[in-house]
Amino acid sequence: MTGGSRLRSRLDSPRVLGIVLVAPAAILLLGLIAYPLLWGVWLSMTSATLGATGVFVGLQNYAVILADPVFRGAAMFSVLYTLLAEAGKLALGLALALILNQSFRGQRAARALMLLPWVAPTVLSALAWLWLLDPQFSAVSWLLVRMHLISRNLDFLGTPASARASLIVVNIWRGLPYFAIGYLAGLQSISKDLYEAAAIDGAAGWQAFRRITWPLLAPITTILVAFSSIFTLTDFQLIWTITRGGPTDATQVFTTLAYQRAIVAGQLGEGAAIAISPIVFMIVLAFFVVRSVREQ
Amino acid sequence: MLHPDRRRFLELSAAGLGAAGLAGALPGAAGAATASPFKPEKGATLQLLRWTGFVKNDDIIWAEHTKNFTAQTGVPVEIQELNWPDVTPKAALAAQVGSGPDIVMGWNDDPFIYPDKLLDMSDLAEYMGKQHGGYYDTARAYCYDPDVKRWVALPVGVTGNAVVYRQSWMREAGFESFPKDFPGFLKLAQGLKKIDHPCGFSLGHAVGDANSWTHLVLWGFGGKQTNPDNSIAINSSETANALEYARQLYEVMIPGVSGWLDPSNNQAFLAGQCSMTMNGISIWYVAKDQFPAMAPDIFHALPPYGPSKQHSIMNNFTSAYIFKYSKYPQAAKEYLRYMLDEAQAAPWVTGMRGYVTLALKGYAELPIWTSDPKITPYRDSMEVTRFDGYNGRPGRAPAQALDEFVIVDMFADVAVNKMTPKDAMRKAEARLMTIYKHT
Repeated sequence: MTGGSRLRSRLDSPRVLGIVLVAPAAILLLGLIAYPLLWGVWLSMTSATLGATGVFVGLQNYAVILADPVFRGAAMFSVLYTLLAEAGKLALGLALALILNQSFRGQRAARALMLLPWVAPTVLSALAWLWLLDPQFSAVSWLLVRMHLISRNLDFLGTPASARASLIVVNIWRGLPYFAIGYLAGLQSISKDLYEAAAIDGAAGWQAFRRITWPLLAPITTILVAFSSIFTLTDFQLIWTITRGGPTDATQVFTTLAYQRAIVAGQLGEGAAIAISPIVFMIVLAFFVVRSVREQ
Repeated sequence: MLHPDRRRFLELSAAGLGAAGLAGALPGAAGAATASPFKPEKGATLQLLRWTGFVKNDDIIWAEHTKNFTAQTGVPVEIQELNWPDVTPKAALAAQVGSGPDIVMGWNDDPFIYPDKLLDMSDLAEYMGKQHGGYYDTARAYCYDPDVKRWVALPVGVTGNAVVYRQSWMREAGFESFPKDFPGFLKLAQGLKKIDHPCGFSLGHAVGDANSWTHLVLWGFGGKQTNPDNSIAINSSETANALEYARQLYEVMIPGVSGWLDPSNNQAFLAGQCSMTMNGISIWYVAKDQFPAMAPDIFHALPPYGPSKQHSIMNNFTSAYIFKYSKYPQAAKEYLRYMLDEAQAAPWVTGMRGYVTLALKGYAELPIWTSDPKITPYRDSMEVTRFDGYNGRPGRAPAQALDEFVIVDMFADVAVNKMTPKDAMRKAEARLMTIYKHT
């Protein structure tokens, strides 16, 4: 028996072939996700700094960040940012999908244009927003002043509340197409027969939406919300480009604070603890995604 | 009367200029490189990591001089430039993994974060000090490690800050000359607001601009972050006075400064919306080239002093250090010596119109500083610079406090968030205690 034919006969076994086919993906996942994650967990339990490997300190870094009001503020805003941005994206994304699901002239162009915020590089769109929100040069303020709706420029990024609200709006703008395109696909998979049957029974408009559209969109809603929440909770570029976590740390989130502590200030251990801490939320979200996928 | 060091420097530089000129005229001739005590290793190559120039001539002239160095010594130098706040983390990473650039031009406390990874620079630092009139105190504080009793970096200089203002508006506000002290400065700011040309100083997370003026006010009132033993000293009546002063100043500033990042004040000033700010020479530099109608009205002044009666400014300090892992330490030292020798340093600083003020005292005599009165205030930037974390010791803790905007946020808490000075000081004190305890 030659070497080649021996290999062929081994690969004929489903057990061996399965392992061989899964191996590249498994190695990639282990090398690019599991290893850095575990390394991050280890770092978070050391006194490592940029320049020194440090020693094992147990949960001390977690105790330090939990006692730190800046971390607690960042955790609060991360959750608020995610919740409000997801709610906004869901509502507006669904509305946009319902509109784009209608037949009208220019429908294809509208669908393509809608994707722009999603496909544009985040840093570029964040820079554009930085100008739109600038206290001196904001085009939004300029327009409102010209329309005599306000007397002087709005200070979008100057106070904690306005800076937080501005970032949530920018995040909604950026993530909207993801929801819209997902919902659009969902809407198109709903059989028209259902609506016709409902119409015969006297249900239309809001009732049809509530009884047919929304329940049938539920599975895709779970996936969209779960994936998008993970993206939002780990958002970095928008916030770092527009506010750098300011004013007075009001817009710090897990990622910006972890970057500031670990990379800028060199406190790798503390930064890793901050970066690892949202993992609890991630696990919950991942659970919903996996469950939803299985149900389908 | 000239300082003896300066006189010595002028004598040396007159001779040096001729030698450099000759070396320039005869490429490859035995010029400065052979006169130097640092002899590049055979087959040496170097990598330099530095910050991207703030003004365009910086990079151009630096690259040109590097090319000349390679022509004279045969040592190729690869220059990598990064946005200035990104140099520190990259250098720290190189220190940790033990490979990367041979030479780094970093910022402030960098050398004190990993002094054991750095080459002893004492021979080069002392040689340059002797050649060029010695160093300012702050340069020594940032580059000489008293614990190991050696220079861990070669001082380069600061990107100096001065008050940048529109003279016509200052006069319209009732001031013939720029006020020298804090009360006069506040009155000027209030006057500018009255004529609808308010001033603006960043209170956002602007690394350079927000730190520079808040530290000026803090130190001007006699406040300080730490004592010499690194115990926290921020909670004091001096700091409270500084915060109260800043609150009054904020009231007459242009709206939006609490969201300003580093480019914001430059943009607002050049757009004619802000009459006075604190900045490097870059605003005027850009105006001269791109806003010729505005440039003649832009003036600079040394920032005012407070009750402490001392000019004390937070300027970003840059130094050059060499990692021990470098295979070519002598070549690296020779490169730095060459680049900061007068034949190169003078055209570099001149080409930047004084954007960098060098740490060697002798260079205060360069003609560029008096070539235009608008440049002169930046000549003294080294003299008036205090190190971050004053009055403690340079190191990781003050660097982290600066990176986390502890002082800036304390000022913003009072001015913008309407916190009482007492509460803002306590908040800053708590954060500083954590930082200093864990670093």
